[in-house]
Amino acid sequence: MSQHPSITFRLDPQSGLAPYRQIVDQVRQAVSSGLLEDGDQLPSVRDVVTQITINPNTVHRAYRELEHQGIVEGRAGLGTFVTARSHISTSAAEHASLEQALRDWVINARRTGLDEETISDLMRTALRQEGNVRS
Amino acid sequence: MIEETSVLEAVDLGKRYRRTWGLQDCTLTIPKGRVAALVGPNGSGKSTLLRMAAGLLEPSAGTLRVLGQSPSPGTDHLRERVGYLDQDRPLYKGFRVAEMLRFGELNNPTWNMDVAKDHLARLNIPLRSRVSNLSGGQQAQVALTLCLSKQPELLLLDEPASALDPVAREDLLRLLMRQVADSESSVVLSTHALSDVAAICDYVVVLAHTRVVLSDDTEYIVETHRIISIVDDRDLALPPGITVIHEQHNARGRSLLVRVELPFNDDRWRVDRPTLEEIVLAYLREGSPNRYGHNIDDIENGVR
Repeated sequence: MSQHPSITFRLDPQSGLAPYRQIVDQVRQAVSSGLLEDGDQLPSVRDVVTQITINPNTVHRAYRELEHQGIVEGRAGLGTFVTARSHISTSAAEHASLEQALRDWVINARRTGLDEETISDLMRTALRQEGNVRS
Repeated sequence: MIEETSVLEAVDLGKRYRRTWGLQDCTLTIPKGRVAALVGPNGSGKSTLLRMAAGLLEPSAGTLRVLGQSPSPGTDHLRERVGYLDQDRPLYKGFRVAEMLRFGELNNPTWNMDVAKDHLARLNIPLRSRVSNLSGGQQAQVALTLCLSKQPELLLLDEPASALDPVAREDLLRLLMRQVADSESSVVLSTHALSDVAAICDYVVVLAHTRVVLSDDTEYIVETHRIISIVDDRDLALPPGITVIHEQHNARGRSLLVRVELPFNDDRWRVDRPTLEEIVLAYLREGSPNRYGHNIDDIENGVR
């Protein structure tokens, strides 16, 4: 195993998201952006609690959720490993095209005269509504 | 023997100091394996609850069970299973750190010297230092290390990280979390730092004016509260299952911190997710009887 952890987590207390959800999201993002690849090992729960101030139960919980989503797998006595990036719906190409579409949208919104705050407000509202529909 | 699923169980627990109550009508269950936070202002009953749980104070009313036993003063059998750290962090100032460890070893059959030395090495605290020469942060770390090295099943910590600088406080909390990861100890700690609660505590008990006003799983608390912003109150008819916890008036509207039992979505209002801090503060404000003249039970029963 290399010296550096495969991923360094951070918690944002202002996000309003449960810490376990933040860990799950950060792993998913790292996988979809290529920061984590197939076969990469996630830091052990013990290493995570040494790295950031977090409850070990929360890390266990996040890893279990990721396992459930098929993004990582626990190998007995070895640790938790990234399994298949194909499980995250966006491939690198899809990711790039979504990013481009969003960039175009932002340029459009600015042309209409919206300021940054209004734009991010719109984005938050959209995400929130989507989140409510999901739950 | 039946396996215990809770580490602390209180039913109508109360403690009276001469003429005033330190804690009243306290009914709560803290599940095993959790890191539970007691939050509330000074004098709300946090230390009283911890001291009763540690067997240092006798309850005046109700019942209390800690690890399935009654922790009355004088019962020794719980002493090995429970570690209590007072907010004054008592240490023998003239002792060297190594002497404090030896003292701990002599007094605790379950003592683990490797754990003690490992923690102190990690914190760069030399064993030969005299306690009086250590900084406040280091003294707090030594006091917690002594408590952890007993390897107790339950840690009762009264403001373990108060008055520490940010780095010392992070180190202390990580030390604690490491122990939880390694030994699966349960923790009940009191604190004023709500940001610490959000990061490390998966169970929260909010106390206001000697009463428990909220007690639940952290994630459940976060999932079941929302902030509703209403521009004006013409069409305010909240759907059933929504309880208003705290209300704030603005020039042209109000924002309500509410508890929702069911997922809900309503386009008439802007709905946001509050942070744990916002939720706890809302309960603390409403739990104070001289603010609106009612307590949280009234709100929950819909009497407003």
